[in-house]
Amino acid sequence: MELKLDVLKKMVRSIATTAPHEIGCDECFNEIDRFVELELQGKKPAEAMPLVQAHLDRCMNCREEYEALLDAIKACQ
Amino acid sequence: MPERTNAEWLADLRGPENQQAITDLRVVLIRGLSYSLSTRLRGDIDTLVEDFAQEALLKILNNLDTFRGESKLTTWAQKIAVRVAYSELRRKRWQDISIQDLYPEDSGIDYTPAVLTDPGANPEMSVTQRNILEMVLRLIQEKLTEKQRQAMIIVMSGGLPLEEAARQMGTNRNALYKLIHDARKRLKEEIEAEGLSADDLLAAFGSI
Ligand SMILES: [Zn+2]
Repeated sequence: MELKLDVLKKMVRSIATTAPHEIGCDECFNEIDRFVELELQGKKPAEAMPLVQAHLDRCMNCREEYEALLDAIKACQ
Repeated sequence: MPERTNAEWLADLRGPENQQAITDLRVVLIRGLSYSLSTRLRGDIDTLVEDFAQEALLKILNNLDTFRGESKLTTWAQKIAVRVAYSELRRKRWQDISIQDLYPEDSGIDYTPAVLTDPGANPEMSVTQRNILEMVLRLIQEKLTEKQRQAMIIVMSGGLPLEEAARQMGTNRNALYKLIHDARKRLKEEIEAEGLSADDLLAAFGSI
């Protein structure tokens, strides 16, 4: 089994940017409603909650749900 | 629909006559899901959305005690509905692709891409880049557990979303994220022990 070159490069970047402490999907889920509300109020959630932002940058499943939640709340405003 | 504060929502949903509050909350969930799914799915999604909303409502009512009041109750409820919907959609979309197909379980496999073994291939790759890639490959093979290696390769190859890979591995998405985080930390330490910093790696591969 051969790893594709672009996957290997992605791994190198991902290793290089690894932080000693990162939150997982559960902690992200706990915080994401507050994160989304800050965003909709025009406050900067990435600054207030950098660990959540870092998780969203790395975890495509949590990012997908975060974007869906933003959409869902906009639809109800 | 009446505007409710969080306290009013909680009182109404917990009260003996909670039918109206449940109906109101269902309307919110359906409106939100319909909108967010309409941009992602084609065709008639009404039945699907109603099923997701119903499943989410049960979860919400069973978990009212865990609501911490840090957001609007409706935002919290919508977050649960989104999780229900997307988990189910992912499972349906990916369940036929098995981990065994993506990652043949056989220790001692050589993951080296052909371009690294063939000196004529990829002439534009620098010696530094080639050395880093060979080092990382070696460390992946030598320093990670089989489980860490499998998880990292499957998820980073994009073969399966984290959640579905976790389901098939008999774990959950949070645990799998943590497993891969441990693997990344281990590799970073080993690379640093061999004299390269994170900045060196980014300098070599920063602009992929
Ligand atoms: Zn996540």
